[in-house]
Amino acid sequence: MSKTATIIKREFLSRIRKRSFVVMTILGPILLAAIIIVPVVISQLSDSDYQVAIVDDSDLFYDRFADAENIRFTQLATNIDNAIELMAAGRFDAVLHIPEIAFQAPSSLRLFSEKSVSLNAKLLIENILKLEFESMKLGAAGIDQEILAAIETPVNIQAIRIRQDGEFISDHPEVSMALGFMSGLLIYLFIFLFGSQVLRGVLEEKTNRIVEIIISSVRPFQLMAGKILGVGLVGLTQFLIWVVLTFAIVAGFQLGMPELFRFTPDEQVFITGSQALNAEELLRQRETVQQYDTLAGQVVSGLSAVNFPVMILSFIFFFLGGYLLYAALFAAIGSAVDNEADTQQFMLPVTVPLLFAFIMAQMVMSNPSGPVALWLSMIPLTSPVIMMVRIPFGVPYTELALSAGLLIGGFVFTTWLASRIYRVGILMYGKRVSYSILWKWIRQS
Amino acid sequence: METLLRAEHITKEYTHHKALDDVSMHVPRQSIFGLLGPNGAGKTTLIRIVNQIIAPDRGQIIFHGEPLGPEHVQQIGYLPEERGLYKKMKVGEQAIYLARLKGISASDARSQLREWFDKFDLMPWWNKKVEELSKGMQQKVQFIITVLHKPSLLIFDEPFSGFDPINVNLLKEEILHLRDEGATIIFSTHNMGSVEEICDHIVLIDNAKKLLEGNVGQIRKDHARQIYQVELDHLKKPLEEILDGRFELIRAWDHDGSLKARIRIKKGIQVNELIGQLIPSAGLLSFHELTPGMNDIFIKQVTGSYPQEKSGNKPAQAFQAAG
Repeated sequence: MSKTATIIKREFLSRIRKRSFVVMTILGPILLAAIIIVPVVISQLSDSDYQVAIVDDSDLFYDRFADAENIRFTQLATNIDNAIELMAAGRFDAVLHIPEIAFQAPSSLRLFSEKSVSLNAKLLIENILKLEFESMKLGAAGIDQEILAAIETPVNIQAIRIRQDGEFISDHPEVSMALGFMSGLLIYLFIFLFGSQVLRGVLEEKTNRIVEIIISSVRPFQLMAGKILGVGLVGLTQFLIWVVLTFAIVAGFQLGMPELFRFTPDEQVFITGSQALNAEELLRQRETVQQYDTLAGQVVSGLSAVNFPVMILSFIFFFLGGYLLYAALFAAIGSAVDNEADTQQFMLPVTVPLLFAFIMAQMVMSNPSGPVALWLSMIPLTSPVIMMVRIPFGVPYTELALSAGLLIGGFVFTTWLASRIYRVGILMYGKRVSYSILWKWIRQS
Repeated sequence: METLLRAEHITKEYTHHKALDDVSMHVPRQSIFGLLGPNGAGKTTLIRIVNQIIAPDRGQIIFHGEPLGPEHVQQIGYLPEERGLYKKMKVGEQAIYLARLKGISASDARSQLREWFDKFDLMPWWNKKVEELSKGMQQKVQFIITVLHKPSLLIFDEPFSGFDPINVNLLKEEILHLRDEGATIIFSTHNMGSVEEICDHIVLIDNAKKLLEGNVGQIRKDHARQIYQVELDHLKKPLEEILDGRFELIRAWDHDGSLKARIRIKKGIQVNELIGQLIPSAGLLSFHELTPGMNDIFIKQVTGSYPQEKSGNKPAQAFQAAG
C-alpha cells in the first residue's frame, strides 16, 4: 500500500470513529426522515377535530358550511348566549355568530373562542362567507347562477418540455426547483463542513508539531492529498449512509404503519398541503382538484421528468469536484497560519464565493437558463452549487461537459496553488502571514 | 574513515537572509557527529535538507555514495527539535502508523514496537491516548518511532530537551548503543556538555557558514593554547623569579598550603623547558595541560575570543582540566 493510501486510511478511520461522526450519521437520517414522516403522521393523527358551533340569526348560511379537514361545523338553533355557554361546557372550541345584518355589514361577524382561535378555522370561515356573499351580490345584480357557472373557466396550462432526446414530457418547475435547491444546499453544506475539517486537520498537525516527523517520511504533497482525500471519503460515506438510512426509515414506517400512507388522491392534496398551504388555498385547491391532476400526481410526473442518472452522477461529480477545489484552499489556509484565530483573514475570500453561489441559487431557480445561471454554472468556484440547481430543469450536455471540464481544471489549479503554499507554510511558525507573503511562497521554486 | 554522508557546498537562501552559505561536511560512518551552532545558525535548515524536507538552492548531498533521493527516506530517522504526536490517537496505533509511513509493514512494526515498548516500560500505555502520557513518555515514544525502522542514519535535533536527567542518561546509552550497532548519528545541539561526552566528530556552523569541522579530540588539541596548571610547594624563591621571559604567569593562588599556578609557554618553547625550570626551585606536585572545552572553542569560534578574555576575571571556570 502506498504511503498516500496509508494517510488516507488514517484520516478516514480516525474520523469515522469519532463520536461526533456517529452522532451526525445517525441524527441526519432521523431528521430527514422526520421531515417526511412527521407531517404525514400529524395530519393523520390529529384526532381531535376543531368543533365550531354556528349561530346564524339570518338563517341564510346554515347549510353552506361543509366540514373540512379537522374542522367540524355544528348548526345550533339557539341564541348566541346559550351557544357560548355550551362552548364553556366544553362542547365546542369556537362559536361563530352570524347576525342578521351580516350580509350588509360583514364586520359584524363574530367568532368566539375560549382559547386563541384556530387560524385555519378562521380563514376557512372567512373564505366560505366571502364566496357566499359574492354569489349573493351577483344574484342581486341579476346575474343568473347558470350564467355564472358557464362563465367560470378554469385555465390550466400543461407545460411541456421537449427534452434533448426529442421526447415530450410535462414540466413541473416546482418539483425541479425543490430538487435543485435541495442538492445545491447539500453540496454547499458538505463543502463547508468537510472543507473546514481539512483546515482543522492541517492546523492540528502543524500546531502539535507532528508534521515535521511525517514529512521526513512522505512528501508534503502526499500528506496534503491524503488528508483531503481521506476527509472527502468521510463526506461521501456520510452522504451515502444518510441516503440509505433515510430511505430505510421512511420505508420502515410505510411497512409498519401502512394505514398512514394509504391515500386516495384527494386526501393526498391535503396531506401535502398541510405543510405549506393555508386553509384558503386549501379550499381553492379542493375546488379545482378535479380538473387538475392531483399534486401527488404532479410530484410523480415531475419526478419522472427528471433525468435521474444524470442527476445522481452529476451530484457525485460536482460534490467531489467542488469539495476538492475548496478543500485544497482550506488546506492552504490551515498550513499558513499558527492558530484558528488567524484563519479569519484568509477564510473570507474562500467562503464568499461559496456563500455567493448559495445566495444566487434563488435567482438561478427563477431563470435556470439565463445568462447569470449560465455563467455561474461555468465558474468553478460557484459551479458545483449552481449547476446542481440547474440540472433538474434540464441542462444541455455540452454545457454540462464544459462546466465539468472547467471544474476539473479549477481543482487541479487550486491543488497546485495550495501545495505551493502548504509545503512552505507547514514549517513556518511565529510568522504573521500576509497575502504578499503567500504570493512569495507560491512563486518560490 | 569511510564517509556515510557528504554535504557539498550547500547554499540555501530565503527572501531576507541566507540560511546556509556554501556549507560542506563529511559525516563518517558509524560515528556520532555533532552539528553545532548558536540558535539561528542554520542547523535546522541543514537537517531539513538532509531529510529532503526542503531542497538546497545550490550544492548536493551524497548519501551512501550516491546523490540523496526519495529512495533514501527509509534509511534516515529524524527526531525534530519541535516534535509532537496526534494527541487523540492511541499510542500503539500511532506508532504503527508512523512506522508504516517509513515503509515498514504493520506486522513488523507491531513486533518491533513491542520490544522497544518493553524496554522503555511503555507497554501498559499501548492503548492509551497520547494526551494521557507525560511529556517524558511522549518523548520516549518519539524516540522509538525515530529509530524503529533501523535507519543507517539517525538525526537528532536537540534530543535531550524536555527530558529529566534519568531519561537523558537512558537516551545517551541508547544512542551510543545504536552507534555501536552500526548506525551513524547526526546530533544537533548547542549543549556542549553532551557533545564532549558522546560526539566523535563535529561541525560548527554560525551565521550560515561553517567555522570548524573535525574530530573532537583533534579539535581540542588544535585549540590547545600552551597553558599549563602546576601545583608547587617548598618554593625557594617567588614564582615570578623562577619564571623567565620564555614563560608567562597568568595567575597564582594558594591551595591548602601549596601554590597553584597557570603558566603559558611562549611559542617555540617546549613543555620540558618549563618543567626543567621549575624543578630546581620548587617541589612539583602536579602538572597538566589545560585544554579548552568545546564550550570555549564554540564561543571562541563564534565571538572571536575565549570567554575569559572577554569577561576578564573568571579564568578558573573558563578552562577545564583535561586528563
